[in-house]
Amino acid sequence: MYSEKVMDHFTNPRNVGEIEDANAVGQVGNPKCGDIMKIYMKINDDTKVIEDVKFKTFGCGAAIATSSMATELVKGKTIDEALELTNQAVAEALDGLPPIKMHCSNLAEEAVHAAIINYYENKGIDASHLKSCTGDCCCCSHSDDHNE
Amino acid sequence: MTKRIYVDNAATTKVAPEVVEAMLPYFTENFGNPSSIYAEGREAKKAIERAREQVATAIGADPKEIYFTGSGSEADNWALRSTAKALSSKGNHIITSAVEHHAILHTCQDLEKQGYEVTYLPVDKYGMVSPEDVKAAIKDTTILISIMFANNEIGTIMPIAEIGEIAKNAGIVFHTDAVQAVGNVHIDVNEMNIDMLSLTAHKFHGPKGSGALFVRNGVRLISFITGGAQERMRRAGTENVPGIVGLGKAIELATANIDQKQKKLTALRDAYIKKVLETIPYSHLNGHPTKRLPGNANISFEFIEGEGMLLSLDMKGISASSGSACTSGSLDPSHVLLAIGLKHEEAHGSLRVSFGEDNTMEDVNYIADSLKEIVERLRMMSPLYEEMLKNK
Ligand SMILES: Cc1ncc(COP(=O)(O)O)c(C=O)c1O
Repeated sequence: MYSEKVMDHFTNPRNVGEIEDANAVGQVGNPKCGDIMKIYMKINDDTKVIEDVKFKTFGCGAAIATSSMATELVKGKTIDEALELTNQAVAEALDGLPPIKMHCSNLAEEAVHAAIINYYENKGIDASHLKSCTGDCCCCSHSDDHNE
Repeated sequence: MTKRIYVDNAATTKVAPEVVEAMLPYFTENFGNPSSIYAEGREAKKAIERAREQVATAIGADPKEIYFTGSGSEADNWALRSTAKALSSKGNHIITSAVEHHAILHTCQDLEKQGYEVTYLPVDKYGMVSPEDVKAAIKDTTILISIMFANNEIGTIMPIAEIGEIAKNAGIVFHTDAVQAVGNVHIDVNEMNIDMLSLTAHKFHGPKGSGALFVRNGVRLISFITGGAQERMRRAGTENVPGIVGLGKAIELATANIDQKQKKLTALRDAYIKKVLETIPYSHLNGHPTKRLPGNANISFEFIEGEGMLLSLDMKGISASSGSACTSGSLDPSHVLLAIGLKHEEAHGSLRVSFGEDNTMEDVNYIADSLKEIVERLRMMSPLYEEMLKNK
């Protein structure tokens, strides 16, 4: 049911772990729904380039694979480039996901957003315009598209 | 391909070679329609009646009380829908449990839409229904009690004889979904006061798509499929002769060596449970420690999600099952695990291993060792595990 790419990223996930001196941390999801993604970033204050990124994910194979892929896609990018990352792009980079697992790619997109919002908040910069969804599938409209 | 270790016998089992052998002639030389009066037909008819006797003998019933169906789900649907309809002038209340298979639960929900009232009894932390609760739930309008013999996810064996006695004393029809129990525990429908019982061949080394419903003489059974006169006009359709023959042979074999099977599987199960709980921290057994199906071990591993475990086990050649939402195609984790009081995240991290007679102690050790490695790897990736370590 999963593509080889998904299985590869599940078996050998890239960028797993924590960053001790991260200046951006985001967490989305809810243990109730069975997935949580936490993302750590080290962002260069001058260039706004995401110099390092790591993740930890509680979730199914697709959740782990999308987390891994999303970190690969934003690493070395600027904040503004990273904010353009869409869930479709993550899913496509993995050669697709089963329809019921599409919400896992939402989670990755939202985790990236959450980390960047956290970066701005740490700096005392208003980032409320970036806030969209908490990635909490139990209370978010995203749940509609994976409720069969 | 690497050697596969199949430990999902609660999902389905391998058809026994003797069963295949018994079935084969009914595809080719004995292909006749059992309703035909000439030799080929008579031969097929005889085979069906022999299978009916084999099924009846296995559960202590009379052959006239056995109706063949296309699955365990069909037997469940038939028992509930028929009884609800047949007794609708007497009442509209049905008692069942919160941990039934969906074949029962979704049928009950459908009956609720038709105006029936259903009580879903809660279970204790082991997944056990209390006979006192059954008794207390009975009303003047109660027409049917349906409680499963053994749970498919956590293996808990219900106090069926006690519930049967309560139902008998109250004069209420008692159905049990014994799909997981047949071949694993001794069943006698008379001693246990069971009025209706569902079973399916593929759980005890018979073919898929072949089940049966036992209906006690005197309990009304309404036609499920109308048409020809098969199954005493209760279920029309030319019979699945090879499937029925396979069911008969499989149930005969399965009930002939229950004691031996129980002994072997209980030893594997208990060794596995012991090793896993001892070597993997933050793991908990789901279901009753002793009153459980001999081959069933259901364990929750905190901080991780089940599908990752299944994928990783599969790569190591192991086939098992999980109560996680991600593997069920729905958002919610197993209703059974929630009913025994597990938190959602614990239910997501459950793993069901169900041993069969082909498994060995070597398999037990290999699975437990693999699992330790897999759980550790997934925990290293888990933000919940990280959080727990930080708060410690
Ligand atoms: C307890 C229980 N009831 C009913 C069924 C359904 O049986 P079948 O697959 O033959 O429809 C199963 C198995 O899936 C089961 O475990």
